[in-house]
Amino acid sequence: MSGSRQFCTFYLGGFFFGVEVDKVQEVIRHQQTTAVPLAPEVVGGLINLRGQIVVAIDLRRRLELPPRPAGQAPMNVVVRSDDGAVSLLVDEIGDVVEVEEQDFERPPDTLSGTGKELIRGAFKMKRRLLLLLDTEQALKAA
Amino acid sequence: MGEMDDIIKEFLVESSDNLDQLEVGLVELEKDPSSHDLLGSIFRAIHTVKGNSGTLGFPKLEAIAHGGENLLSKMRDGMLPLNTEITSGLLRMVDAIRQILHLIEASGTEGDAEYQEVIRMLAELLEQEASRPNQTEEPKLLGQILAERLRVPSDAIDAALTKQREGDLRRIGEILVDQGAVPPGAVLDALKAQAAESGPPVAASNIRVDVSLLDKLMNLVGELVLARNQILQFTTSQKDATFVGTAQRLNLITTELQEGVMKTRMQPIGNVWSKFPRVVRDLAVQFGKQVRIEMEGSETELDKTIIEAIKDPLTHIIRNSIDHGLEMPAARVQAGKPAEGTVSLRAFHEGGQVNIEISDDGCGIDVERVKQKAVERGQLTREQAARLSEREALDLIFLPGVSTAQQVTNISGRGVGMDVVKTNIEKIGGAVDVHTMPKQGTTLKIKIPLTLAIIPALIATAGGKRFAIPQVSLLELVRLEGDQAEKGIENIQGAPVYRLRGHLLPLVYLNQELGLGETTSGSGANIVVLQADEHQFGLVVDEINDTEEIVVKPLSKQLKGIGCFAGATIMGDGKVALILDVLGIAQKANVVTEVRDRAVVDTGARHTDVVAGRDAWLVFTVGGGRRMAIPLAIVARLEEFERERLERSGTQMVVQYRGAIMTLIDIAERSSVNNGDAEKEKLQVVVYSVAGRSVGLVVEQIVDVVEQAVVVEHREEDGMLLGSAVIQERVTDLLNLDALAKATPGQEARA
Repeated sequence: MSGSRQFCTFYLGGFFFGVEVDKVQEVIRHQQTTAVPLAPEVVGGLINLRGQIVVAIDLRRRLELPPRPAGQAPMNVVVRSDDGAVSLLVDEIGDVVEVEEQDFERPPDTLSGTGKELIRGAFKMKRRLLLLLDTEQALKAA
Repeated sequence: MGEMDDIIKEFLVESSDNLDQLEVGLVELEKDPSSHDLLGSIFRAIHTVKGNSGTLGFPKLEAIAHGGENLLSKMRDGMLPLNTEITSGLLRMVDAIRQILHLIEASGTEGDAEYQEVIRMLAELLEQEASRPNQTEEPKLLGQILAERLRVPSDAIDAALTKQREGDLRRIGEILVDQGAVPPGAVLDALKAQAAESGPPVAASNIRVDVSLLDKLMNLVGELVLARNQILQFTTSQKDATFVGTAQRLNLITTELQEGVMKTRMQPIGNVWSKFPRVVRDLAVQFGKQVRIEMEGSETELDKTIIEAIKDPLTHIIRNSIDHGLEMPAARVQAGKPAEGTVSLRAFHEGGQVNIEISDDGCGIDVERVKQKAVERGQLTREQAARLSEREALDLIFLPGVSTAQQVTNISGRGVGMDVVKTNIEKIGGAVDVHTMPKQGTTLKIKIPLTLAIIPALIATAGGKRFAIPQVSLLELVRLEGDQAEKGIENIQGAPVYRLRGHLLPLVYLNQELGLGETTSGSGANIVVLQADEHQFGLVVDEINDTEEIVVKPLSKQLKGIGCFAGATIMGDGKVALILDVLGIAQKANVVTEVRDRAVVDTGARHTDVVAGRDAWLVFTVGGGRRMAIPLAIVARLEEFERERLERSGTQMVVQYRGAIMTLIDIAERSSVNNGDAEKEKLQVVVYSVAGRSVGLVVEQIVDVVEQAVVVEHREEDGMLLGSAVIQERVTDLLNLDALAKATPGQEARA
């Protein structure tokens, strides 16, 4: 396999993640969320995206990472899904990067827990690893 | 190419309309064979289809329509009387044409299938009474009139017709005038006479609009309503008179626009009903029954999406009525009823909802049989069945797999149906109710909302959050001031009630139901009196804000499982608020339970350790007949697994279940009871879910579902038990599922 692919990147609890660019509808700054009582823990709430109501998934909770430090507002990466747009709450937005297909490697077997479900693999970039997020899995609440 | 597509699309739509008209007309004609108007309109419909198919170059379609037209032409001329065979034949023709139209829509061609059989059949029907040769192929309507009125020589008309057939696009009148055969005024007169004969012309004030365009408009209007709400909210803080005035105007215009657009989506329910005479006729012929369909209120209007959604459920109900509601003609006569059965449809508006009633005058539903069927299928025990009230027993027909049919036919009686009907109707916020009288018939009552898109709602606050409560369910608001709140709200063993005009109204605290924090709303209490199914209850909220028109947006799949919310909406300030599902809340708070009135609390028992009032319990045994119970409400399913399907993950027993791995907990093993049946081939498993994850509880045997007040007699040391209680006069341990679940991930609990 050769060729390059573009990823929209973001930071989450010190990790560097990427989502295929064509899956991302838009990236927006922090939005006010409405909490949903009794909802699964990973649901960060509902946001008003220009008149469209979009559910926000707290990726930190989804990946079982420690909670976001107080006072740090999450950013929204809005991705398309079969069920309409869904927002992923992340710490910070990175650039759109272009990576080579040959730099991809599947996750090691030692990866366990939710990471195993959600991370499809890693692109070995010069300075760090870009973790490829499986958005379909990530959107499954719980 | 694009233009051509448009023409064909229009042809498809128009032809489909014509076929609908034809179908309805034919069935009506069967009842009233002498009606010339009906025959005329049927004839015109098929003629148009034929003409258009010829023009657009669809020879098969043209040939079939031509066959039908010949037949109808003869009937119109009174040379052929209508009979069942002819009607069936013509209906088959309609089906064949529909089939080709579908092919054209899908592939742009007429397809490869030959329809010789249909054409031959039509020809044979025509020959039935071939007393006279076929006079003319073309319906010389205008020509006939001209010939009669002005004595225009018939060969002149024939010549004109031939020209037309050869591709002359001009109208017959034009050709005749050009030929000098008739003066122009005469043609005009003849045209008028023709119009008078064929009834009022189709109104030219209608246009066809793509539904997706309407949907888009509807969405945009929804957005506009939101923006309007935001501006109105902003207006309250403004003093500029011009601005306030403009905002008011915007408000009015938006409201009117909203109503207008909503109206474009409204359709009379008759649009769906018009299919039913055909359905009824076909079924009646198939079953050898005589059925008449009556319709009342077909002009009742409903939102298009709702019309679409109720089409299949209604068809199903009608099929049921005919197949196993109505008796055979002979049996009916014997029972003193007219041989012809009646299925009647009634629709009317009431209280912002649309009511649809489908009744038949058949044999009614045999409640005992329904119970028996449910018992046979293991959906309830014989004892439970015996305890059911008539009403509850009737509701069993909505369970999957329960059918009232004596025998399974290819139409109905397979027991998949009424449950789907119910689900589909509930999906659009409606409710179904069944009433039956032995030997007199059955009535199904359906209540559905007018529209799903924009609804009036009451905005209330609880636990610091705003919620929208659909006004359909709202009965009244009660405000208790100061100490009235303390005195007015009484409680029965922890269940708060309020005396509303002498009746006890159960109260549900919204913040508690939704797990929101306590809020100090100052003194007093606000009770929103709501109707859920047949029950009333009071929802206590912190504050009542306002009523507002809200735009309902569906919830995404991640949130559908909660059951307390019907959707979400955007408020005037741009924030999102959740719309309460009143029925869901009522169910969660146990306001709506079937046994509410019957369960009598065991008085005399110790009052100390009441864990639950009138819950339903699933009773089962583990390890050698030890009885245990868990609340039925948390049980998702009862399953049976082959022992060989069990797998191990670490030390944990697991099984693959619905595409996921489900942990199995063997209680016998846990509670150090010897499981005597370790070699059993099949495992009985109670599936329940913890934090969205399915967990399976391996039990020895499922005993029963019991609904009774449970009083915990004493607590055991064993952390896995809440205690014990007497259920069905036997000591039964109540399992503490929370403790069990906590012990599951780590394997130490086994020790």
